[in-house]
Amino acid sequence: MTITPLAPTVLGPLDEIPLGEGRTYAVGSEMIAVFRLRDGSLRAVSAVCPHKGGPLADGQIDNKVVVCPLHLYAWDLATGCSQSGQPPISVYPVRVDDGHIILGD
Amino acid sequence: MTKKLVVIGNGMAGARTVEEILARNGDFSITMFGDEPYGNYNRIMLSNLLAGVEDEAGIYLNDLSWYADNDITLNAGVKIERIDRFAKKVYATDGSATPYDKLIIATGSSSWTPPIKNIHNPKRGFHQGVFAFRTLDDTRGMIRYARDHERAVVIGGGLLGLEAARGLQNHLSDVTLLHAMGHLMERQLDEKAGHMLQASVENKLGIKVITNAMTTEILGKDRVTGVKLADGTVIPCDVVVIAAGIRPNTQVAADSGLTVERGIVVDDQMRVQDEEDIYSVGECAQHRGNLYGLVAPLWDQAKVLADHITGRDTEAAYTGSKLSTKLKVAGIDVASMGLIAPETDDDEVIIYSEPKKGVYKQLIIRDGALAGAILVGDNSKAAGLIQSFDRAQALPEERAEMLFDIGGPAGEVKPEDMPDDAQVCNCNGVSKGAICGVVNAGCKTVSGVMDKTRAGKGCGTCKPLVQRIVEWAAGGEAEEDPAASWYVPGVPMPKPELMDAIRKYELTSVSAVFEKLVPGGEHDAKSKMGLASLLKMMWADRYVDERDARFINDRVHANIQKDGTFSVVPQMKGGVTTPAELKRIAEVAEKYKVPMVKLTGGQRIDLLGIPKEQLPAMWADLDMPSGYAYGKSFRTVKTCVGSDFCRFGVGDSTALGIAIEERYQGLEGPGKMKLAVTGCPRNCAEAYVKDLGVVAIDGGKWEIYVGGAAGAHIRKGDLLVTVDSPEEVIRLTGRFLQYYRENANWLERTYAFVPRIGIERIREIVIEDTDGIAEALDAAVEEAVQAYKDPWKERAVPATPGQFRTSLPLTVLPQVPVRS
Ligand SMILES: Cc1cc2nc3c(=O)[nH]c(=O)nc-3n(C[C@H](O)[C@H](O)[C@H](O)COP(=O)(O)OP(=O)(O)OC[C@H]3O[C@@H](n4cnc5c(N)ncnc54)[C@H](O)[C@@H]3O)c2cc1C
Ligand code: HEM
Ligand code: SF4
Ligand code: SF4
Repeated sequence: MTITPLAPTVLGPLDEIPLGEGRTYAVGSEMIAVFRLRDGSLRAVSAVCPHKGGPLADGQIDNKVVVCPLHLYAWDLATGCSQSGQPPISVYPVRVDDGHIILGD
Repeated sequence: MTKKLVVIGNGMAGARTVEEILARNGDFSITMFGDEPYGNYNRIMLSNLLAGVEDEAGIYLNDLSWYADNDITLNAGVKIERIDRFAKKVYATDGSATPYDKLIIATGSSSWTPPIKNIHNPKRGFHQGVFAFRTLDDTRGMIRYARDHERAVVIGGGLLGLEAARGLQNHLSDVTLLHAMGHLMERQLDEKAGHMLQASVENKLGIKVITNAMTTEILGKDRVTGVKLADGTVIPCDVVVIAAGIRPNTQVAADSGLTVERGIVVDDQMRVQDEEDIYSVGECAQHRGNLYGLVAPLWDQAKVLADHITGRDTEAAYTGSKLSTKLKVAGIDVASMGLIAPETDDDEVIIYSEPKKGVYKQLIIRDGALAGAILVGDNSKAAGLIQSFDRAQALPEERAEMLFDIGGPAGEVKPEDMPDDAQVCNCNGVSKGAICGVVNAGCKTVSGVMDKTRAGKGCGTCKPLVQRIVEWAAGGEAEEDPAASWYVPGVPMPKPELMDAIRKYELTSVSAVFEKLVPGGEHDAKSKMGLASLLKMMWADRYVDERDARFINDRVHANIQKDGTFSVVPQMKGGVTTPAELKRIAEVAEKYKVPMVKLTGGQRIDLLGIPKEQLPAMWADLDMPSGYAYGKSFRTVKTCVGSDFCRFGVGDSTALGIAIEERYQGLEGPGKMKLAVTGCPRNCAEAYVKDLGVVAIDGGKWEIYVGGAAGAHIRKGDLLVTVDSPEEVIRLTGRFLQYYRENANWLERTYAFVPRIGIERIREIVIEDTDGIAEALDAAVEEAVQAYKDPWKERAVPATPGQFRTSLPLTVLPQVPVRS
């Protein structure tokens, strides 16, 4: 897996992301999809599907994986590993602080 | 306490039974005795070894390390002479005595030698140059000897004799097959088929065949020089192979006081008659009066024996096997199962014969089920027939379909005939080789292989082929996949059970279903869409709509495209539009610089390449309802111009099509529902190939067809009913669609659903109301109709924060070409 270190950045209020969905944020030159899992926690991964460039934030998730909406390949949200033999995606540290989404350590 | 298990016979049945016992974690210390000095090899493959298409290393099923790994003491090359049932010991020719708590006798058969003068040599068993065809040693000896000689005679024209004759051709030039009966394979083929086979064997393979040939003497003093027949004919030869039948090895059992008739008599648990602790399995066992000489029955016997001996299932019972055989000779197709001739006047016999090509096919059908079949010269339908025969499946009305591929997709491609790089899944580009690789790596369920390779996960038409390849690659040991019957992969229940549980616990949201019905409460992304559809159908406006359960298309009411943009297809009921509507669409297309405007197959207009964030504004400007070109839902009703304008029209197809679409628009279901109404049987609107198609016929009547398809799978719908009025059509359409919504599996289109249930049964339920549920179906669909809301109205107030925010990274993506 690739964990990419980043300086802490406030992405916006938590309620921008509905429960169980994802939204894309542009952070510097990176495009990052942030998901709000139904267990309340957040995950951040690279926004572009490495297979054919699909928008991962439009994919469906559970508490483990995101499924790309274009060809339904799945990646583990915690490790970035593909479950179907695709290249991995980057994962980023992300947390909630006082109702805001903080990307980075 | 660990019990001592002794197995006599280390052949295909003995070793398989031990495997089954190990698979059930049986607590035994196991000792095996085998007369042959090897581990367990695949006897069937001796034919291929002789024919040179397999080498010795390739035929082992269990090599010596398997025995070591499983703590099995193997005494290879050691023969058991006697069993002491009272002292519970077995005695071997090497003088050893081995105690047992449980004993399994799996001694198989030996080749039977007909009484022929001079066949034996008092000193060395067979006369030099004479061979049986049963063991690896037989086969090795035969190959070694045949190499240096030129002419062979095979005695016996059954499966084994034919395979021996073909195999010998690999080593010498001149092979003659002698058969004592009137035609070849008389146990499996009727006379016509036998003669047809003989012609192919002689003409295609160049093997001489003599029937009604009773061999009486082997000629030659030190070495064989020929054989003599009863009529005095002498056939010169150097090698003789005897394949005249087999006899079960029962001597040890009989000498030890066990009940032996033709074989060792066993009960339905495979226990030897009157013995608590002794079992017998395989060719040496006689069950309900039958002896078997093929491997399929012994696989079943081994399972029952293992269930019983391990206590896993003491009620397990073997009740006998239905036999089917195929000849393993390249270039000559022969398959046979069950009866070879009708037995009563009521037996239905279907025969096709084309002597010039050597093709002969016969089916015997009794009480609607396949009771027997013979195929010579064309095995393409063998797999399907064997399956129908084994499982007594319902047969197609059109009997010819069982003998030939009639139209439709190219039915049964045989996995073994496909090259490794043949593309199986055209959507995801998965080859046969890739599928086999995953199977060989240990994944033996169809769904597991589909997950790993993504084969069959596009349009799904290749799924049956994927299944056949997995089964073939697993050597007939594909594991049954419990998940195959589940409605969605993440909730372990078939649809009816799932619906009962949802009702019982009043589960109105997708997350509630996961939490209540999945052990551990685990959510599953890939199950959400199917559950959302089901819950919406079941609860209508009581459904708690968690937006994340929806696929992106259903969140934003548009179809996602390869570059992450969307397509917008406004509703155009019955494919009928107006100049004003067209102008509006044109203006919107210009205003938003729509990259492509395209007519769809569903008779409407598609605006493609729309960024998500523009969708609400476009819908507002269009001011037309959604055409639902994105969901698993009611899509369109195509119509032809019908009686309004067409010279041939006999019914007002456009008006009816519009009325149907008006009523059932947006109805969600387990799969897409595409409909059509056409004004006469010329079928310009393609109603015969729709999920539900309506055809006007003369006299003011309307035919309703269901289960048609013209996508990757092509099927003409089945005629459900002919009715007198458009109102009837509308009512029955709703009732059928509701029955489909409630009973089809997730993503099961009507072309699969209708044949699965059977058109007669559907007619009973939907038309004749034999189950008394018609009223309930009508009420349920009415409720769904009332709950319809145009989703494009969500444009005013987004349903969730950022519903239409772009998810498109600003990187370069595959661009859809822009046409000017
Ligand atoms: C050339 C050939 C091709 C065939 N092709 C097919 C086919 O295409 N399809 C099909 O279904 N079937 C086929 N068969 C039949 C199939 O191989 C048998 O049905 C199957 O092997 C029977 O298994 P078994 O364990 O009962 O007997 P076997 O496999 O014969 O095993 C019995 C073992 O017990 C040993 N044994 C016997 N007595 C003693 C003793 N006293 N002490 C110790 N060991 C003993 C024997 O040496 C032998 O190794 C073919 C057979 C042959 C010979
Ligand atoms: C992601 C891939 C696909 C997209 C985006 C897509 C999109 C569409 C759209 C927008 C329509 C027009 C429907 C309408 O007017 O309501 C359509 C029609 C159709 N699609 Fe697809 N489709 C896809 C995959 C498939 C596949 C895999 C098949 C075959 C199995 C298929 C078979 C058809 C057929 C036969 C029609 C014509 C329907 C008719 O005449 O009523 N499509 N498709
Ligand atoms: S669309 Fe297709 S045939 Fe189609 S590949 Fe796909 S699943 Fe296999
Ligand atoms: S189907 Fe019949 S009525 Fe309809 S357009 Fe064709 S010919 Fe005319």
